[in-house]
Amino acid sequence: MNQLEVDVTGSAGRFAIRAAFGAGPGVTALFGRSGAGKTTILKMIAGTIRPGVGRIAAGGRVFLDTKRGIDLSPQSRNVGFVFQDGRLFPHLSVQRNLTYARWAGRRRATRRFEEIVALLGLETLLDRFPETLSGGERQRVAIGRALLAEPEILLMDEPLSSLDRQRRGEILPYLEAVAGEARIPVIYVSHEPEEVMRLADHVVVIEDGRVVQTGTPADVLGGAGASYARANDAPVALIDGRVAAFHEDGETVEVAVGSSVMELPGADMRPGNRVRLRIDASEVALATRCHEELSIRNQLPCRITRVESRGPVTDVAMDFEGQTIFARVTSRSARLLRLSPGQEIVALVRAVSVERMRSGQ
Amino acid sequence: MSEVETSIILLSAKVALTAILFALPVAFLAAWLLARREFPGKSLLQALVTLPLVLPPVVTGYGLLVLFGSRGPIGRVLDAAFGFSFAFRWTGAALAAGLMAFPLLVRPIRLSLEAVDRGLEEASATLGASRLMIFATVTLPLSLPGVMAGATLGFAKALGEFGATITFVSNIPGETQTLSLAIYSLLQTPAGDAAALRLILASVLIALAAVLASEWVARRLKGRASP
Repeated sequence: MNQLEVDVTGSAGRFAIRAAFGAGPGVTALFGRSGAGKTTILKMIAGTIRPGVGRIAAGGRVFLDTKRGIDLSPQSRNVGFVFQDGRLFPHLSVQRNLTYARWAGRRRATRRFEEIVALLGLETLLDRFPETLSGGERQRVAIGRALLAEPEILLMDEPLSSLDRQRRGEILPYLEAVAGEARIPVIYVSHEPEEVMRLADHVVVIEDGRVVQTGTPADVLGGAGASYARANDAPVALIDGRVAAFHEDGETVEVAVGSSVMELPGADMRPGNRVRLRIDASEVALATRCHEELSIRNQLPCRITRVESRGPVTDVAMDFEGQTIFARVTSRSARLLRLSPGQEIVALVRAVSVERMRSGQ
Repeated sequence: MSEVETSIILLSAKVALTAILFALPVAFLAAWLLARREFPGKSLLQALVTLPLVLPPVVTGYGLLVLFGSRGPIGRVLDAAFGFSFAFRWTGAALAAGLMAFPLLVRPIRLSLEAVDRGLEEASATLGASRLMIFATVTLPLSLPGVMAGATLGFAKALGEFGATITFVSNIPGETQTLSLAIYSLLQTPAGDAAALRLILASVLIALAAVLASEWVARRLKGRASP
């Protein structure tokens, strides 16, 4: 069941919005170019912009239903909003900023303050003032402030866009921690494919105020046919799995993907961790059968679903345990192997990287 | 300094402080309306607020006399309803001083309200704060430097007000004779020079103290943001 349902039509400034989508638990990315209307939709959910017509419901509560004349104020919607630019109160200490929803907003405290402070690594910042914080620290405080507002949904509006590349790298692990332990839907607005691949469970693509595509990050961003993959880059596959066990050698983990098992080095993982693996098409070779004498350990049984020639190279899309994996081979190899849809094939995966890891059930 | 001179200084301080105390909330409301609201007659309000600054003070004082004098339409109602009168009393001096200081109060407050980031108020709303709480915890504290600047400027103006005061409530020693009025009277008196000079020095010191105090408060307010 969707915990958040949005169906809105309206305009705000130069944007005409006409969007309907749902979001379950986990992270749903609203993905699209700047100016596509993503932030406007987010503000409609928060209640700071009112759509002309529509219905928004979250967690069994109706926020907005223009037919029935319901329009809850932003105050009573119980959302946590993380703004692009942080928007910390400059005249209040970090501690007072974090607890703002409790003393000014009268939100009940159900989460322990210390827990959030520890999650975001804010212990040493509590007495400081926003002016003295770095951009990354500010954004961490902003995320903590939103979480401490006891939200039923967490809305994040490009929380990394105001940061340089290095700071983004610092914040991403915190965002992953928040996403991993969030018991509520998280709506994450972004135009960065990298962030979406790393954080999102579900992607809603917005273009000119409309939903043009929904699906998993792999569907939307990974595939050769995906409209948002960079045109000439080899396609990228994202495979979700679960750490099943450590190998006897102690340095290799076995990741279960459906009924298959992949191996990768990873001393910092724990059995039970959910992982998202990233496999570049250029790191995948194809064979008609398994080869015991190869150094490549990940030899995955697949079925070809699509063969797409791009001049000298050919991209091959394959079904692997219900997920999609890609190989880029020379067109000559494709001809010699007579690759065609429906064919059983073995994908030889040379390199796998971990895109995301979450502790979890 | 003689007892009379001390009482003149105390009366002036009482008049100016009372004037600012009552004018400040009204000025804040006017500044807020001008900074935040669009309504018909906004330019009229803007003009009315500026009027005491551009009118000859004597004209403003005469206007007060006509409206708030014992036979004026407002003066009569106040007298009948509450037995309260502005006419020829120190409260009248305070009214004149407050009115003359009003434009000086409104302008800095309006500017600082316009400078408050509306995004912070939006953030406050998503954190559950009611409109009143948003005002009390975000808008007001962030506009405080402007309020302080306005209050200081207004206090200095109220302290030195002359034209409107003498026209409205006359120059009655012990009741409406504030610093400026007393200095004026002393300068008309053959042997008044020495006393006038002492009062002139006192008014310079009071004005200086007010400005220094306001600077100090402004620094403290700013210091909170960067300890």
